Amino acid sequence: MTAEATAGTVVRTHPQIQSDLMKSRVAAAMWFLVPMLVALAIVAGWPLLRTIYFSLTNTSLNNLYGGDFVGFKNYLSWTTLKSGRTVFSGLLVDPAWWNAVGNTLRFAVISVTLETVIGMIVALVLNAEFKGRGIVRAAILIPWAIPTIVSAKMWSWMLNDQFGIINDLFLSLGIISQKVAWTATAETAMTAVLIVDIWKTTPFMALLILAGLQMVPKDVYEAAKIDGVHPVKVFFKVTLPLVRPAVMVAVIFRLLDAMRIFDLIYVLTPNSKATKTMSVISRENLFDFDKFAYGSAQSTLLFLMIAVMTGLYIWLGKVRFDGGDR
Amino acid sequence: MRMKSLMLGLLAGVSAVATVQAADLQIVLGDTGTGLQFLQGQIERYQAANPEDKVTIVPMPSSTSDQFGQYKLWLAAGNTDIDVYTTDVIWAPQLADHLTDLTEATKDIIGGYFPAIVESQTANGKLVALPSFTDAPALYYRKDLLEKYGKSVPKTWDELAATAKEIQDGERAAGNKDMWGFVWQGNAYEGLTCDALEWVKSSGGGQIVEPDGTISINNEKAAAAIDRAKGWVGTISPDGVLAYGEEESRGVWQLGNAVFMRNWPYAYGLGNGDDSAVKGKFDVTTLPIGAEGDAPAATLGGWNLAVSKYSPDQEAAIRLVKFLSSPDEQKRRAIEQTNLPTLVATYDDADVAAKAPIIPLWKDVFLNAVPRPSGPTGLKYNEVSSLFWSAVHDTLSGNGTGAENLELLEAKLTELKGDAW
Repeated sequence: MTAEATAGTVVRTHPQIQSDLMKSRVAAAMWFLVPMLVALAIVAGWPLLRTIYFSLTNTSLNNLYGGDFVGFKNYLSWTTLKSGRTVFSGLLVDPAWWNAVGNTLRFAVISVTLETVIGMIVALVLNAEFKGRGIVRAAILIPWAIPTIVSAKMWSWMLNDQFGIINDLFLSLGIISQKVAWTATAETAMTAVLIVDIWKTTPFMALLILAGLQMVPKDVYEAAKIDGVHPVKVFFKVTLPLVRPAVMVAVIFRLLDAMRIFDLIYVLTPNSKATKTMSVISRENLFDFDKFAYGSAQSTLLFLMIAVMTGLYIWLGKVRFDGGDR
Repeated sequence: MRMKSLMLGLLAGVSAVATVQAADLQIVLGDTGTGLQFLQGQIERYQAANPEDKVTIVPMPSSTSDQFGQYKLWLAAGNTDIDVYTTDVIWAPQLADHLTDLTEATKDIIGGYFPAIVESQTANGKLVALPSFTDAPALYYRKDLLEKYGKSVPKTWDELAATAKEIQDGERAAGNKDMWGFVWQGNAYEGLTCDALEWVKSSGGGQIVEPDGTISINNEKAAAAIDRAKGWVGTISPDGVLAYGEEESRGVWQLGNAVFMRNWPYAYGLGNGDDSAVKGKFDVTTLPIGAEGDAPAATLGGWNLAVSKYSPDQEAAIRLVKFLSSPDEQKRRAIEQTNLPTLVATYDDADVAAKAPIIPLWKDVFLNAVPRPSGPTGLKYNEVSSLFWSAVHDTLSGNGTGAENLELLEAKLTELKGDAW
């Protein structure tokens, strides 16, 4: 991400550079970038190309180098039966895959929306002057700092139907009348995953938005105060437009992150059809089932989806920079 | 690149030195209950006998599905760190390519093991793992509660449900609000395949895929058996049973909050531990049957020890595997862990009969053991199992009836099978 953005800036400003000094500076900058580009090519580029290649073969995990090239058969293939009926098979017509795509998109949209709203509220609170603000700011980051596997395991015990503290709490408060099996039933499994994800990532959102809020000049607020503008109106007319770039960046980051959600679901509800996401289902095919090539095809599609989203983001970002206020 | 080859050279040097001086072995284990502590004790005894070897335990999660994914990944990558794998009874055909053939090393002792178990660990004529203990589940029941309500031990699943309901309601009326009738393993994972195979098989519904490879699951008896289990969820079993594995159901049981439990033998010893609320209050029997004339069924489980083909210390690894499955260790395991021995002779051992009376009792259960279709389906077994447990889990969560889901399952299995398994 950063690499592309930096490289893009360099290329775009290049034609305007005339002096020899600038030219040599750009050349030097390129040399400084080389180690990182090489590292990226080794740790990201090569595995990616391998995965795409595997998706076009019939490789199995037991024999990684013995696969034959089969073209796009893993994605879509068809056979015409004697009766003249054509039967399609492959990833593009696999209901389990599309169910996973649906789950992922639903998860991404709902979690990011809620995280943005709650994160904004938290950021506004933290932006206000009060005693002990530093401690609160540090404390709120704790959920983000705990490794996902640990927090997911912790939540899975808290959500356990018989021994879990959540059921105990809700029962004593009278919110529920009997113990709810949060992670077991299809209706509540996604909610459980969303709750944990929101708990975990809201701090990240809040922090990014807070950074944006602190860039807003104080005098704008003073002017609004003197003019007697209602605080709600100040928020929508002044604060929101000014922090929008920061929020946009945060939302895109989170969205890309949410699209490849894996660890949380793998720990909390690994085999529930209601929460299986693209990453979870592709891991299952890659390692649990003897379908390494098919799993690679799923990984490739997931990569393409995220690549399109990233492209869209860069494009949107460019339009905003060139066209001024958008 | 130079850096890398330098490091590889260093590593090779280190391991070469290690082979000469002493073997540094890593054994992976994912177990339930106190399995890990027990293995630690075993390793200490091994090291006392073989002070030149250093053995490290790498603990894994208790879900067999989780373990399998990791092991397969390690083995496919030719991981040289792990020398000995604890393998589930169903994995032999799937991992066979990566495991050392133990036939030659065990030819003088293999005659003492149950032939059926040895057979299950033989793939393409290779003995890929040495059976360390076998497993066959049973029905755990609270004898104090059955006595209190004047009930006999249930013979059929319907009797079990009726008894469970009556005692559960009675106990709840008496103030024990957390009481449940029957706990089992309903999470969507390998354990559900075991549980559901028992319901189906004991009702005369076949064993999903027959030994000759025929897909037999789509039949009325199987559908009725799964629908019957659906009727338990929320009535005699908590809704949460749909997310339970072995340890969750044991948790409910061991707190004294269940009348019946379906579980493996390891829960027997733990249930009689000093911290257990059901100590001395329960007994075990064979799992119920569908109706008069059916035979009880218990899914054959069990754990084996396999040596990775990629282990640099083959000799020491085989020595460790043989030690861990030796008669002395199996006897100790039977007494301390109530794990079923894989050596025929241990069942008739007087010490075992005195200290773990459950072991001779289990011979009955063991005789009724039904294997999962891992043999006929080979490399595709995991997917078969996953399709089966998904169909069952869907039915249990009220997502379609047993008949509908099994019809769909048959279609999927047929497609998966293709021309041959």
